[in-house]
Amino acid sequence: MATQHSRAAARLMISPAVILLLCWMLVPLGMTLYFSFLRYNLLMPGTESWNGWTNYYYFLTDPSFTDAIINTLLLVGGVLAITVVGGVLFALLLDQPMWGQGLIRVLVIAPFFVMPTVSALVWKNMFMNPVNGIFAHLANALGVAPLDFFARIPLASIIWIVSWQWLPFATLILLTSLQSLDQEQLEAAEMDGANWLRRFRFVMIPHLARPVTVVILIQTIFLLSIFAEILVTTNGGPGTATTNLTYLIYVQSLLQFDVGAGSAGGVIAIILANIVAIFLMRMIGKNLDA
Amino acid sequence: MAREVSKRRKAITTAAAGCVGFLMFFPILWIAILSLKSEGDAIRGPLEILSSNWTLESYGAVQERSNYLKHFTNSVAISFGSTFLGMLVAIPAAWAMAFVPGRRTKDVLMWMLSTKMLPPVGVLIPLYLIFRDTGLLDTRTGLVLVMMLINLPIMVWMLYTYFKEVPGEILEAARMDGATLRKELFYVLTPMALPGMASTVLLVIILAWNEAFWTLNLTAVKAAPLTAFIASYSSPEGLFYAKLSAASIVAIAPILLLGWISQKQLVRGLTFGAVK
Repeated sequence: MATQHSRAAARLMISPAVILLLCWMLVPLGMTLYFSFLRYNLLMPGTESWNGWTNYYYFLTDPSFTDAIINTLLLVGGVLAITVVGGVLFALLLDQPMWGQGLIRVLVIAPFFVMPTVSALVWKNMFMNPVNGIFAHLANALGVAPLDFFARIPLASIIWIVSWQWLPFATLILLTSLQSLDQEQLEAAEMDGANWLRRFRFVMIPHLARPVTVVILIQTIFLLSIFAEILVTTNGGPGTATTNLTYLIYVQSLLQFDVGAGSAGGVIAIILANIVAIFLMRMIGKNLDA
Repeated sequence: MAREVSKRRKAITTAAAGCVGFLMFFPILWIAILSLKSEGDAIRGPLEILSSNWTLESYGAVQERSNYLKHFTNSVAISFGSTFLGMLVAIPAAWAMAFVPGRRTKDVLMWMLSTKMLPPVGVLIPLYLIFRDTGLLDTRTGLVLVMMLINLPIMVWMLYTYFKEVPGEILEAARMDGATLRKELFYVLTPMALPGMASTVLLVIILAWNEAFWTLNLTAVKAAPLTAFIASYSSPEGLFYAKLSAASIVAIAPILLLGWISQKQLVRGLTFGAVK
C-alpha cells in the first residue's frame, strides 16, 4: 500500500543511517588506501612522498609478516576448533532434561560478558602465573614443576583465554538451534528404530550444519581482530610468538609511526577479512529471502 | 509431548552439566573471592585463601588509587550515549525498511552488514589521525561517535527483524479505522515493537561496554573507560591480585546482569537473524 508520499518519507528516514555509514566506510578506507602508497612517517612530518608499491613489498617481505599470518591462522583455527567441538558437546548436554537448567545455562554463558582486558589479565595472573597462579599451586600439589605459560606456550595460552570467552557464544547459538529442532522428528526417528547415535548422525547433525557454519563465520570475523588479549598479556612476544596481523599493524603504525607500511598492512587485513565476509553475507542474504 | 525421563538419568545429566557450568564460571567466582581478601592473602594457595579473613579493603583501594568512579562514568557515558544516538538514527531506518520496503531494501541491508565486516585495524590510522587533528583523541564525544557507528548496522538489523514480525494487517486495520500516521506510530506500532527495541538497546550497550580495540587505541587518561582502565593493571606494581579482582568485579558485574537478562535476544543480534 506504499504511496509515492510514503516512499519519499521512507527514503528520508533511511538516509541518515546510510549517509553516516557511507562516510564511516568510505572516508577512512580511502585514506588507508591512499596512505598505503605514501612514504609517510609520523616522526618526520612534511616528508610525505609517493612510494608506489614499496610499502606493500616491505610489509609482505618482512619476516614478521609471515609469522603474523601463521599466528593469526593458528589463533583463529585453534579457537574455532575448541569452541565448535566444545560448543556442540555443551549444547547437546544442556539440551537434555535436567534440574536447574536455567541456572546452569546462565553460568555457562557468563564468560561471554566479561570484557577482553579483564579475562586476559585474570587468566594471566590468577591462573597461569608460574608462582602464584592456581595452575602453579595445583602443579606443586601434584609434585610437578609449574609451567610458565606465557614464556613456554604463549600462543596456546592466548588461544585458551580467547576460547573461554567464545565457547559460551558457540554454545548459546547451537543450543538455541537445537531447541528449535522439531521434537516430533526425533520421536519419529526413534519409533523407526533409530538409536541415539543414528538420531544424532542423521537428524541432529544435518540440523546443526547451518548454525555451526554461522558460528564459524561470525567468530572468524571477530577472531581476525583479536587485539586487547594480546596487548595486556604478551605485547605480541616473546619475539613475534603471539603477534597476529592486527597486532603487527598496530605496532607498525602507532608504535613505529610508519603510517605507510601500517596502511599497506591494513589493506591486506581488509582483503583477508573480506574473503570470509563474502561467505557469511551469502548465508545471511539467503536467510533474508526466506 | 515430553518424553518420560528416568530420575536417575536426569540426575546424571544435572551433575554433568553442573560441573561444566561450574568450570566455565569458576574464573569469575574466583576473582569475586579474591576481591574480598587482603593482598597478602590473595597470593597464597587456594585452600589458604578460602580460609583467610574476608575484607572489603580492596574495593576502597581501587577507588583511591585510580579514581575508579571516573572510568566507570566514562564507560556508562560512552555505552549509553552511543546506544541512544544510534537508536535515534536506526529506528527510523529500520521502520522504513520493514514497513515500506522498496526494490533496493535488501541491498541496503546487506551493504550495512558489510560495513561490520571491515576489520577495525584497517581503518586505525585514518581514524587516529582524524581524531588527532580534530581534537577528539581521548574524549568521550569521539568514542561515542565511533561506538555508535560500529554498532549502527547491528541496531538497524535487529530492529528490522523485530519490526518485520509485526503483522501488517494490524497496521492496515488501524489505518482503516482512521488512525493517522502519528497515532499508528504511538498506539499500535510502539507497544508492539517495544520489547524488540529494549533488547536491541541491551545488546548494544553490552557490546559497547566491552569493546576493547577503539577504547584502547583512542583514549589515554581522560576518557578511558573500564576496558582501558583494567588494561593499566597489565604492568603489575607490587601486590595487586586483590585490587585487580575488585576492579574486575565492578567492571563486569553490571554487564553480567544485563547479559543474563538479554541472553535470548543475544543470539538474534549477533547472528544478524541467521539463527533465531
